[in-house]
Amino acid sequence: MSMSVGSTPQDGSTAIDWRAEELLVATIADMLEGVRHVAVGASSPIPGAAALLAQQRAGGRMRVSVLGSERDNFFTDGARELFDCAAQGRIDAFFLGGGQIDGAANINLVGIGAYPRSRVRFPGSFGSAYLYFLVPRVILFRVEHSPRVLVPRVDFVSAPGTSPEHYYRPGGPYALVTGRCIFLFDKERRRFRLASVHPGHTLAEIREQTGFDFDSPEAVPQTAVPTRKTLDEIRHVIATKIARTYPAFAAHLFDGVPGGTG
Amino acid sequence: MVTAARAVARGASGMIQNETQVPVETIDELAARVPDGAQLAVPPDYSGCAMAAVRALIRRGVKALHLVGVPQVGFQGDMLIGAGCVATLETAALTLGEYGPAPRFVSAVKSGHLRLKDSTCPVIHAGLQAAEKGVPFMPLRGVLGSDLLEQRDDWRVIDNPYRMTKEQDPIVLLPAIRPDVALFHAALADRQGNVWIGVRRELMVMAHAARTTLVSIEAFTDDDLLADDRLAAGTIPALYVTAIAEAENGAWPVGLRGCYAADRSHLQRYVEVAATAAGFARYVDEYVGG
Repeated sequence: MSMSVGSTPQDGSTAIDWRAEELLVATIADMLEGVRHVAVGASSPIPGAAALLAQQRAGGRMRVSVLGSERDNFFTDGARELFDCAAQGRIDAFFLGGGQIDGAANINLVGIGAYPRSRVRFPGSFGSAYLYFLVPRVILFRVEHSPRVLVPRVDFVSAPGTSPEHYYRPGGPYALVTGRCIFLFDKERRRFRLASVHPGHTLAEIREQTGFDFDSPEAVPQTAVPTRKTLDEIRHVIATKIARTYPAFAAHLFDGVPGGTG
Repeated sequence: MVTAARAVARGASGMIQNETQVPVETIDELAARVPDGAQLAVPPDYSGCAMAAVRALIRRGVKALHLVGVPQVGFQGDMLIGAGCVATLETAALTLGEYGPAPRFVSAVKSGHLRLKDSTCPVIHAGLQAAEKGVPFMPLRGVLGSDLLEQRDDWRVIDNPYRMTKEQDPIVLLPAIRPDVALFHAALADRQGNVWIGVRRELMVMAHAARTTLVSIEAFTDDDLLADDRLAAGTIPALYVTAIAEAENGAWPVGLRGCYAADRSHLQRYVEVAATAAGFARYVDEYVGG
């Protein structure tokens, strides 16, 4: 994770500083507006923080299941319950990553090189091959935005981005959020469309750092920077909550922010 | 072998309520029940990991295990692979979470010394649920178009025989997973051999599905876990439990919900030391023995 810090004057007030991670948390939280139940997988501190922020903004009218958390996880019927719940349509949003992600939104969580003797081996597919089919709003999240990660074609399809039309598939990709930009997935065209570029990054740079082709509007908007209110919520409310599950992440992100680690 | 009745006699209460049929053993005796070549089901790091028993398995030099992560596996998988105990790995992932790549697993994959049956979480749960029901397979949504399906010759696709649509409705069928042995750690068992697992009910499914269930526990209680509904709902009945070993701190260095947290500095050190085969061997010498 880059440690870049932005500084933006807002509404005529004095400039405030924000971190790259905070921009991502705020951006992803915006994508969860109106969602009834969002689940967050293991080892996903930024999506986890975003889900907790969206829940905070919804005044609690949003369920958040952070897998691997003892506090922010209400399932009582074992590890299978999340999956059964998803198949019933009880989960509206979920996050997936990928060692590789391609322009058709296929994701690879298995490895680079010919399977099974992968040159680079990742942990494995987890629940991706299933949840990608069943959760309507799947947000792909990967901070590293490079030709190494965003490839023309994944070496192993853990889960396909799209399926033949007659397949039972209520779920699929909604967006791809990286450290440089936001893509939205166009289901008709089966490819990504650049939605916004984070402050400090350019379209030319994104073309250069993306291994797949994508659509782009003529004038690409800048990703909205977090407001002071959002930063306050992240630092004073969400920091404490996310530290319960990701103490190392919280310590890294909120170190030195007054009240942040309380 | 020490029976539970004798364990009761050693215990504080002195009240023998009911002679159990579930033997109480040492951790090495428990590990001795896992034969070479067994299909061994174990839980992820966030559930109840019988790490003391895994160390006993490595000491004993168990061979050719078919290790099943339910639905994924962490440090115990990396250790068993590093010690040369595993021939086949069937799991949705082998992950050390925030600690980084699993060194012995990654090395074994590169060398080609491990037969991989890559899976996905709900497939493993569904396979165990089929075994619970005594049926040969389970249908499951999703998975279509994944290379996992291409790699697994034991998974099938059929047209949904109950479909309401004109067009075909392909659906995946997964074979039952009936492990030879389920091995896990829990906080508490009573003298009858009932094992309390609380909210970690994937352990219940494992016990239902496996032919043999071996459990290490933090401690015995003299109460009857089935007498109080608040505990009984999270209790595996002794019917499914083959043998129990008492192992205080038995999940160390991973944590046990409600009892103790993971030993973070030890786990971090493991990842660093096990980066090489020689480093892993030193780790085994120091912490596993044998």
